[in-house]
Amino acid sequence: MAALTPLLKARGLKRHFGGVKAVDGVGLDLGPTGVHALIGPNGAGKSTLVGLLSGRITADAGIIEFAGRDITRLPAHARVRLGIAYTFQVTSIYPRLSVEDNVTLAVRHPSGDVTTAARAALARVGLDIHARQIAGDLSYGHQRLLELAMGLALTPRLLILDEPTQGLAAGEIAGFSALVRDVARDASVLLIEHNMDVVMDLADRITVLDFGRVLASGTPDAIRKDRAVQAAYLGA
Amino acid sequence: MTGGVRVWALHLAVLVALALAPLVVPPYHATNLARIMVLAVFAMGYNIAFGYTGLLSLGHALLLAAGMYATGLLVAHGGWTAGPALLAGALAGAGVAFVVGLLALRTTGAAFMIVTLMFAQAGYLTILYFGDLTRGDEGFTLAREARTLFGLDLVTDATRYSAALALFAAGLIGCLLLVRSRTGRVLVAVRENSERTRMLGYDPFRARLLALTLSGLYAGTAGAAYALLFGYVGASFATVQYSVLALLWVLLGGAGTVLGPLVGTLVMFYLVDFAGNLTDATLFVVGAALILLILFARTGLLGTLRARALAWLP
Ligand SMILES: Nc1ncnc2c1ncn2[C@@H]1O[C@H](COP(=O)(O)OP(=O)(O)OP(=O)(O)O)[C@@H](O)[C@H]1O
Ligand SMILES: [Mg+2]
Repeated sequence: MAALTPLLKARGLKRHFGGVKAVDGVGLDLGPTGVHALIGPNGAGKSTLVGLLSGRITADAGIIEFAGRDITRLPAHARVRLGIAYTFQVTSIYPRLSVEDNVTLAVRHPSGDVTTAARAALARVGLDIHARQIAGDLSYGHQRLLELAMGLALTPRLLILDEPTQGLAAGEIAGFSALVRDVARDASVLLIEHNMDVVMDLADRITVLDFGRVLASGTPDAIRKDRAVQAAYLGA
Repeated sequence: MTGGVRVWALHLAVLVALALAPLVVPPYHATNLARIMVLAVFAMGYNIAFGYTGLLSLGHALLLAAGMYATGLLVAHGGWTAGPALLAGALAGAGVAFVVGLLALRTTGAAFMIVTLMFAQAGYLTILYFGDLTRGDEGFTLAREARTLFGLDLVTDATRYSAALALFAAGLIGCLLLVRSRTGRVLVAVRENSERTRMLGYDPFRARLLALTLSGLYAGTAGAAYALLFGYVGASFATVQYSVLALLWVLLGGAGTVLGPLVGTLVMFYLVDFAGNLTDATLFVVGAALILLILFARTGLLGTLRARALAWLP
């Protein structure tokens, strides 16, 4: 995998908010498949970093390449069309539309059967039986799964998940992990996650962020053993 | 009946009822209805921007006036015939909306209301400034002989009614096709959650600009038709009153419902008419009606009907 050109390559990314160096010179390589976890304490800059990658936040400096193309100046919606899907840390759905209509909006291929594709995405997260319900009436955990289904319906090459298991019940997390593993077979998954069991279970690689900088990056084993990480984050 | 058949059946039934109305109602009401249908086209346009896309504009009088003055001036001073002038009026509405949108859509919420209001105010003052041509507040009338379309004399009651109905039918069917299309669903998505919609790969700015331009097309067409059918072009149509009226008609009938603008325009027209028989303070009656609306049917007449009984109403 290392020999392949990375799907996404970021160098020297920087974004400051006033005096806060939210992201301060971060580089990142993501392969075409597999799960790459992004961890770090609260306020480390994880959401800001994925905001830069997805285009929701503009970078002060640095470059981002996706599939060999410079996307640094591309607006967010154009990046989505290239195959970068993003799920929000704070659930963002259409609460007044039906569950099915939420997902249908994400299905893009103009030919094929939109409804079938939407139903398939809902089935993957186990929400197909709620298709007709109003999205705002779903439980919080189900709303998170709905957002994941919208991400799947985009059929992305890179799926960015910002704390997807927050608010899921223990039983739902197992199903979620299986789903992410399945997606990561033919797409790249960038996963921000506080639940270390989930991270260690899913991640092929881990990048640790602290004060807007990369503290360490490597395999789960290497990260577990890393002294600096233990001191700063794993808090052992 | 499947959802689609039911929806089309209802809207076609409304058009048939409007077509039969002149046979059963006195001529006075038929003339009223012709006027209501033209104004309802304006309201339908407002509904595309406000009801479906969530753009609360206070400048739509400018778009109505753009169509009305483009058509009126071309006929009165340019010697154009009604057909091309009508087309020019429709395009003037769309064109002005597009240009205003390019600038105003950089803002949202209260700022958008103020910017659109300012554009409309500038338009009104422009009409007054070119008083030699427009005759300012007084306005001007169109010569009887200029008001014929495809050989039809728009001055007689029957043809005027038919022309208004044809225009309204085209607007209604166009609106129904739009809101049931994928584009229509994206407009609603932008209204409901703009940031989410961007992150599904749609450009919210483009969607809003499209909605505003279509809205301007409707408003411009309504203004142009008003000039031709009723033979009068006046600056009062460019005042903020008409922007607010469009908002009120849509709110009363039900924002984000296809038939709401017609219902709102119709009810408000007869409310004012009825109030005028009782008192000089017609605005007091209108105000009271709006307070009742806000208290008991916040989503408008058809919005409430949809929530209570007819969930399938588009
Ligand atoms: N829009 C903003 N304006 C000002 N400061 C911001 C903004 N967004 C983030 N920050 C600050 O930047 C820093 C990094 O925030 P970020 O949300 O990226 O952290 P995070 O790693 O995602 O944290 P968490 O684990 O709590 O989600 C924080 O100090 C935060 O307060
Ligand atoms: Mg975060």
